[in-house]
Amino acid sequence: MSGKAPQKSKAQLDAEFSELYRAHLRDVYSYAYYRVGDHHDAEDLTEQTFLQAYRHFERAQRESNGRPLRPWLIRIAHNLAANLYRDRSRKPSWPIDETTMLAAPHTTEQLVEGRDELSRVLDGVRKLPDDRREALIMRFALGMDNREIARALGRSDGATKVLIHRAIKQLEGIVGDPLKDGAPVPLKDGAPVGENSNE
Amino acid sequence: MNDALPHFEGLLREALAPVEPPEDLILRLEGTLTSITEMAAGELEAWELSAMRDPRNWARPAVAVVAGTAAGTALVLLRARRRAQHSPSGLRGIQRPSFDRSGAERALRDFGRETRKLFGDR
Repeated sequence: MSGKAPQKSKAQLDAEFSELYRAHLRDVYSYAYYRVGDHHDAEDLTEQTFLQAYRHFERAQRESNGRPLRPWLIRIAHNLAANLYRDRSRKPSWPIDETTMLAAPHTTEQLVEGRDELSRVLDGVRKLPDDRREALIMRFALGMDNREIARALGRSDGATKVLIHRAIKQLEGIVGDPLKDGAPVPLKDGAPVGENSNE
Repeated sequence: MNDALPHFEGLLREALAPVEPPEDLILRLEGTLTSITEMAAGELEAWELSAMRDPRNWARPAVAVVAGTAAGTALVLLRARRRAQHSPSGLRGIQRPSFDRSGAERALRDFGRETRKLFGDR
């Protein structure tokens, strides 16, 4: 009666959702893995993210006004990860094991020569406050720009730019200062710890 | 400090390199997507049974068939692409310059299977 063709609409949506899945499966999995630091949880998170996304895909398309849906997908994963920690009352099971570094597209030479350096950087990322860590994952693992990250985190473009800048600065300090490295910065979901709270 | 920043960002990019999803996860997710498509086909069949006797309704399922085929094709392409990515030639799916005949045959077989799933095999 409404003039819509439900069958056609569903088939089109399915095709478009398949395309979204194909384009962003690796993004969602990478985000999930670096966020939770565990392959099993990352798989669950990725699966749940796409199931949630499928349920709300039509509305998301309608409301996106043609903008890319990757930030929306990552935001779903972000919310699910927060729920996961809340439900289990636990933190990410870092550090990331070596199988991850083998699964990632590093070259063998990079793995051998840069493993220590990369491990220190990853260890530093672990010590960042959640919001900063997530921003860096989105920027460097997923290659998202400031605008996409802002949409995924529900912040303004300007606030996101500042967030990333501070995250990199703080991480540089952690990686470059062995004393800081030896004294883990406490993590607290959603609450800035370290540089932000002290400034 | 500004000189060091690009180097540090490069390190960060390497440390946070994208992680390929495991094969079993991909299979599970594709199974879900396929189920979703099959649900669409089931709905189509139900609609056809009740409406196809009236020629005035024939145009609508024809449109749905085309759309349903598009959905099935998307899944087939997805599988074909994944096979290429996981070929023994490399982890990152190095593109081959020559025509991959077996890959094309597999894709055709997949397409046939998906079509049969979507519209019934008789």
